[in-house]
Amino acid sequence: MNFGKKGLKLASVLMGTMLMGGVLAGCGSQADSNEIKVGANFEMTGNVANYGAATLDGLKLAIDEINDAGGVDGKKITLVTADNKSEASEAVNAATKLISDDKVSVLVGPAVTANVIAESQVATDNKVPIIAPDATSPDVTVENGKVKPFVFRSCFIDPQQGTVMAKFASENLKAKTAVIYVDNSTDYSKSLGKVFKEKFEAAGGKVLMEEAFLAKDQDFKATLTKLKTANADVIFVPAYYEEVGKIVKQARELGITAPILGTDGWDDSKVTDIAGAEALNNTYFSTHYSDKDESVKPFVEAFQKKYGHMPNVFAALGYDAGKMLADAIKRAGSADPEKIQKALEETKDLKVGTGTITMDKNHNPIKQAVILQNKDGDRVMVAKIMPEE
Amino acid sequence: MKYLRKNDCIMLAFSVVLFAVLQVLITERVLSSFWQLNLLIIGINIILAASLNLINGYTGQFSLGHAGFMAVGAYVGVVLTANFHMPFAVALIAGGIAAGFLGFLVGIPTLRLRGDYLAIATLGLGEIIRIVIMNIQYVGGAAGFKGIPHHTTFAWVFFIMLFTLFFIKNFVNSNHGRACLAIRENEIAAESMGVNTTKYKVMAFTIGAAFAGVAGGLFAHCFYLISPASFTFMQTFNYLIMVVMGGLGSITGSIAGAFVVTFISAALASWPEFRMIIYAIALILLMFYRPQGLFGYMEITNMGIFRRIFKKGETPHE
Amino acid sequence: MRPLTIWKELSMEVWHQVLQQLINGISLGSIYALIALGYTMIYGIIKLINFAHGDIYMVGAYIGFFAITQAHLSVVPALLISLVVTGFLGMLVERLAYKPLRHAPRISVLITAIGVSFFLEYTTMYFVSPTPRTFPAMFGDVAVTVGGIVINGQQMLILGITAVLMVILTYIVQKTKTGKAMRAASFDTETAELMGINSDRIISITFGIGSALAAVAGVLVGIYYNSIDPLMGIMPGLKAFVAAVLGGIGILPGAVVGGLILGVVEALVSGFISSTFRDAAAFAILILVLLVRPAGIFGKNTKEKV
Repeated sequence: MNFGKKGLKLASVLMGTMLMGGVLAGCGSQADSNEIKVGANFEMTGNVANYGAATLDGLKLAIDEINDAGGVDGKKITLVTADNKSEASEAVNAATKLISDDKVSVLVGPAVTANVIAESQVATDNKVPIIAPDATSPDVTVENGKVKPFVFRSCFIDPQQGTVMAKFASENLKAKTAVIYVDNSTDYSKSLGKVFKEKFEAAGGKVLMEEAFLAKDQDFKATLTKLKTANADVIFVPAYYEEVGKIVKQARELGITAPILGTDGWDDSKVTDIAGAEALNNTYFSTHYSDKDESVKPFVEAFQKKYGHMPNVFAALGYDAGKMLADAIKRAGSADPEKIQKALEETKDLKVGTGTITMDKNHNPIKQAVILQNKDGDRVMVAKIMPEE
Repeated sequence: MKYLRKNDCIMLAFSVVLFAVLQVLITERVLSSFWQLNLLIIGINIILAASLNLINGYTGQFSLGHAGFMAVGAYVGVVLTANFHMPFAVALIAGGIAAGFLGFLVGIPTLRLRGDYLAIATLGLGEIIRIVIMNIQYVGGAAGFKGIPHHTTFAWVFFIMLFTLFFIKNFVNSNHGRACLAIRENEIAAESMGVNTTKYKVMAFTIGAAFAGVAGGLFAHCFYLISPASFTFMQTFNYLIMVVMGGLGSITGSIAGAFVVTFISAALASWPEFRMIIYAIALILLMFYRPQGLFGYMEITNMGIFRRIFKKGETPHE
Repeated sequence: MRPLTIWKELSMEVWHQVLQQLINGISLGSIYALIALGYTMIYGIIKLINFAHGDIYMVGAYIGFFAITQAHLSVVPALLISLVVTGFLGMLVERLAYKPLRHAPRISVLITAIGVSFFLEYTTMYFVSPTPRTFPAMFGDVAVTVGGIVINGQQMLILGITAVLMVILTYIVQKTKTGKAMRAASFDTETAELMGINSDRIISITFGIGSALAAVAGVLVGIYYNSIDPLMGIMPGLKAFVAAVLGGIGILPGAVVGGLILGVVEALVSGFISSTFRDAAAFAILILVLLVRPAGIFGKNTKEKV
């Protein structure tokens, strides 16, 4: 049996090399005193790779700027990236690698709430802080009423946005009825839908219909045809830009003229590209900043220079996370994860790309929100909401 | 029979030594926690690959619903441990039984289908299971189930894996297993020889599903959160790749396949941009040079080198 | 419980909705049908479930995208370029990845197909980034309203082009010598070879035609939904496979009918139940049909000979 011997030889050689590789990989990476390692655990492949990649772009820009300006206390920040394949278990795997093999001082990412929550356990066990740039669900930093000491974020949280939009619908648009169309595959969208409904009904409005779709859907006409029959004053679509663009386009094609409201997931020029400027008229969304704002200009310009296109909200939040961690490392005066954690807790009046942030006791930044209106392909700021102290 | 028992003893002794060595490496922290975690994943993947091999490789039924059964075991398990505070062992067994029972229920009607029709039907079943879980708010829906206690340890994974492998090996070498092999080789001939083909197909399918459920339970308790996104048909493809890479109808092959696939994925973690491209090329090249998989139909216990070491003097009759 | 109440109050409004959903479903179904045709042709001839077919469709969409945005071509030339280039890509994939495995076990070829699929997805992702690209708007607001039912320009384009391609394909398969050879080879490759048919050439042509059809579907989807990304092929690829099996795999009219049924079922389920159950419904229909007709709607249930 020739084949058996050959097979075994091949297999044993293969396994031998791999085991060696594994052990060696396990002992590698000695910490260099002239650099501070930051782990970036992002969705680089799989379903939501576009969100992960965009956030990483923003983060890289921030780190480059910091290093070009001489680093933090003379030390350069090195970014070690790992891919979580857009999956919670892989996010744990990637975070474990960054912490145990690469010995990073702080983790940034992932983009999606579920993956951050999965990762938070590893970070807590190993006492390495996480900054979640885009995860807006309250559960990310608080679990059963207790703050997770090592989890931070650099964006505002869902209830804030949902409340803002519900108030905007009933007060500014004088809407009496609404329909809600959420992305059932994300916590983000579902929790925003819930908050909006609660606040809108508390203000005397009525939610006539609640429908759902799934991320990566292409055809929304079927459900939109149904939503059209409700004839509501506003349609609330808290979702990400790819689907939003298609929803707005298809809604207008079906003759739905009601205002469509959304949240920061809309903040990407792709929405305009997909839906078309005309279809986007009479739509409003809340987000973190307006690119017309003077204080945001330096970031927008730097981003355009580096990547050749406008940043979207993920990139902006990734950038903010980078600034936040550099500030914390500087104040901690060391690469020690626990000292950085302390410093992150004390973040106060820090100027980042999209505004000013102060960390509250739940590790959520107190940060402004703006409401933008899409008007003939341009965005006009219609309201700026400062956080309530 | 004596021949088999001797091999069993050797393999068992070898396994215990292997376990001891790895356990020491873990407790002495020679392996970093990243490789420890991947050791767990390798063990779990071995269970999944071996159980899929029982259905695809030994019984010849092309099933692509494995991730669905794994999801059932995982979710039943986490509900029991996280919400009802049951012991881990109970949760694993319950998950296995639930997945096995579901496999039994859907196996009876669908296993009448043949070849690629069965493949797409089982793939559909797996997806239906996932979509149903995604729509159950009690288990967190699409966003996932949070707050799973971390119960899975290396010892759990290793001994359940060992049990699975011996169970499948003994099943294949039993009368039932012979019937399954007969079905794989020629279903009509097997039937005309008096083999109740439906019974054995359903039996293999149920056992495979049950082990997938147990593996799902182990998988879920490695992580703090599980979501339906971890159980898509792409995941089934992953297990199918392990089985075919190792060799359909070889338990040794399934072990090797699970090891190699998990290992490649972990070892390439430092090059995230190229990880999937390299993996794809490796897969295609391997199929070029060894279309029958690393081990084909061979088991390590049948190979010349194994006999030379353990049975000096006996000439291998191959 | 919504479907029940709907049947009770069977008003004009509801019929409008049903008809509108049918239009939506048929446009979606035509896309599935175009992809499913390639699946079924390839399966018919080498019995391979070509899991990379959905990714060929994605590459087709990107080629169309670059033809329109970089070379500033209009729709029809872009479609033709994408069709030709992707057709050759399909042949190349066959030549490099599948031909060496002609006599290998079928499952090894299947794994190779999965490998090719990953390769196409992630090399594309490497070069064009995972960010979705948007097609420029075409046929801006052309829309016809017939009794309250809206059919827009893109939908008409999809239906028109699908119909034209079906006619051309039927002609090729039924009337030309190559088509005859294809049918012969898919009926019995060995005998066809004995009759002097060069089966390698025929297989290559089949891959070319199948890939070209998928490319057209890709460009049409890009125009219809305006956005494309490197992983866009996974789900439609799977759905097209379901469509092909539903109709009876290896049978050309079966793929078309299967695609249309799937599209309509999905539209009706999203319209009247919930779009979160849309995929589950598609698979459930498939399983139910297979339980009644184990070889698909048009499949002949051939008794295996001993």
